[in-house]
Amino acid sequence: MNNFSYTPAATAKEAIGIRKDKKDAAYIAGGTTLLDLMKANVEQHPQLVDINMLPFKGIQETTDGLRIGSMERMSDVGENALVVQQYPVISEALLLSASPQLRNMASIGGNLLQRTRCGYFRDPAFPCNKRNPGSGCPAQQGDNRNLAILGTSEACIATNPGDLAVALVALDAVVTLENAKGKQRRVPLLDFHLLPGTTPQRETVIEPDELIVAVTVPAAAHARKSHYVKVRDRASYAFALVSAAVGLDVQGGQIRSARIALGGVGTKPWRAQEAEKLLIGKPATEENFRAAAAAAVRGAQPREHNRFKVEMVQKTVVQALQELMA
Amino acid sequence: MSQDLFPADSAATPPEDGSRRSFIKQAGGILGLALAPPLLSQAERLTAFSKTVEGVTSMTLKVNGTARTLQAEPRVSLLDALRENLDLTGTKKGCDHGQCGACTVLVDGKRINSCLTLAVMNQGKEITTIEGLAKGEELHPMQAAFLKHDGFQCGYCTPGQIMSGVACVQEGHAKTDDQTREWMSGNLCRCGAYPNIVAAVREVAGKA
Ligand SMILES: Cc1cc2nc3c(=O)[nH]c(=O)nc-3n(C[C@H](O)[C@H](O)[C@H](O)COP(=O)(O)OP(=O)(O)OC[C@H]3O[C@@H](n4cnc5c(N)ncnc54)[C@H](O)[C@@H]3O)c2cc1C
Ligand code: SF4
Ligand code: FES
Ligand code: FES
Repeated sequence: MNNFSYTPAATAKEAIGIRKDKKDAAYIAGGTTLLDLMKANVEQHPQLVDINMLPFKGIQETTDGLRIGSMERMSDVGENALVVQQYPVISEALLLSASPQLRNMASIGGNLLQRTRCGYFRDPAFPCNKRNPGSGCPAQQGDNRNLAILGTSEACIATNPGDLAVALVALDAVVTLENAKGKQRRVPLLDFHLLPGTTPQRETVIEPDELIVAVTVPAAAHARKSHYVKVRDRASYAFALVSAAVGLDVQGGQIRSARIALGGVGTKPWRAQEAEKLLIGKPATEENFRAAAAAAVRGAQPREHNRFKVEMVQKTVVQALQELMA
Repeated sequence: MSQDLFPADSAATPPEDGSRRSFIKQAGGILGLALAPPLLSQAERLTAFSKTVEGVTSMTLKVNGTARTLQAEPRVSLLDALRENLDLTGTKKGCDHGQCGACTVLVDGKRINSCLTLAVMNQGKEITTIEGLAKGEELHPMQAAFLKHDGFQCGYCTPGQIMSGVACVQEGHAKTDDQTREWMSGNLCRCGAYPNIVAAVREVAGKA
């Protein structure tokens, strides 16, 4: 790990001010992504700005939903009674993430900015367009078992590895950002992460002089009745091979609204809106769930080692919807 | 290509000095609570530390009830500070990347991986390591349960398992075998002592 200076920021203004002047400085929250990547020499930063003392706290019910401060920890949000009862998919996604230790450390803001687990990205001995733009993408022809089948490009097929973001994108979450002038803007999570295209090094719309302040989630019937299913290589403490976040509002035997998002298969947290549309006005049957799942993977472009994900993620969507209705 | 979620080959190799013996020896560490100077409040921390730290500097960590001062760069992890600067080698380094749990300690009562946090960030917090569990010669119930149930083979993962087990019981996450397995899953054991580890944690949970 390169040497760096360390500044604990007392205010958001101070934190952003440092980063505004020194673009390659980095904020540190839990440190579980940042220090991991700095130790592997994937990232180098001359200065770390500790944002743990910023008052971006609270897990609150607002007039139109839920507000989670960006400095809240994954463990506290995952076991929060309001989240467990009104937004179960968020709680489940969090408690199926990482490990109890990491969840005690990791913040919600940092979680949304975690980076891909593509093995080539994580090893500076290899070329990688995301780490070193223009150097190539060995994953296209190489070990791509864990990588994406949706939203890929010639430049990069890296999966967004997070679980929380999949649940949040299903529930139309919005990210609040604050810049150096103290001005806030709100970005739907759906638009927060970027497709790799020709610039896989750009992963989100956040600017260097911006901080994540909070995430808000609108209250809805499909949020109260929601569920997360994660499939892994081992029983726990592993990233998703595939996952599904689903929510349904069923009244009088008919689906009034549906939410489906996929994890482990997309280059960003993947919302399957075409699949959702297919369910509206229909009964909640396995047949309809299967049709929706098929629509969710339309256009998938698997590579040599991740073809299995096309079928596996469909089964996971069906399983999640069935468990939700059980 | 770097292996994800699996410690690199040599990572979890047990030390040659026989870690079971040193584990028992370290378990006899003394609590120095009475001798500790008063700690800084969050507000005092802010005014005292809200300035940039560069190069080797003096920092104070409160470990097992005792405030200890050390000289280190900001890039030193809490794990390295404990092991290298404070000679508290009970906490182990397995993967150094958050993937194994060998480095588990409690910070303000919560279990964390000390390899993925900086020492400098943990000033003013209560840090508890494996050396801080026993009261004099009297083992902590979790240590005693690991001995009774043979919750280890090589012993390398054991300090982390015990710290995690203590937190797991305190959190109320050890009510069934299944729940215990899930909430202890942040601690890998290459020797596969899992059934005995679960038995030890469950026994302590049952008494709690
Ligand atoms: C072994 C391991 C297993 C894991 N398994 C899973 C898993 O199964 N599922 C899952 O979802 N995740 C998993 N993770 C990822 C983990 O959830 C993330 O590392 C964590 O959420 C990041 O949060 P942090 O606070 O530690 O971020 P940090 O490491 O502190 O920061 C990450 C990045 O975000 C920036 N940042 C942080 N907070 C803000 C803010 N408020 N505003 C602007 N920028 C900010 C930092 O500058 C940095 O670039 C795993 C991680 C590890 C190490
Ligand atoms: S898939 Fe993306 S992250 Fe992985 S090697 Fe290719 S460019 Fe790099
Ligand atoms: S040393 Fe493996 S998790 Fe810290
Ligand atoms: S790694 Fe050997 S006892 Fe767990």
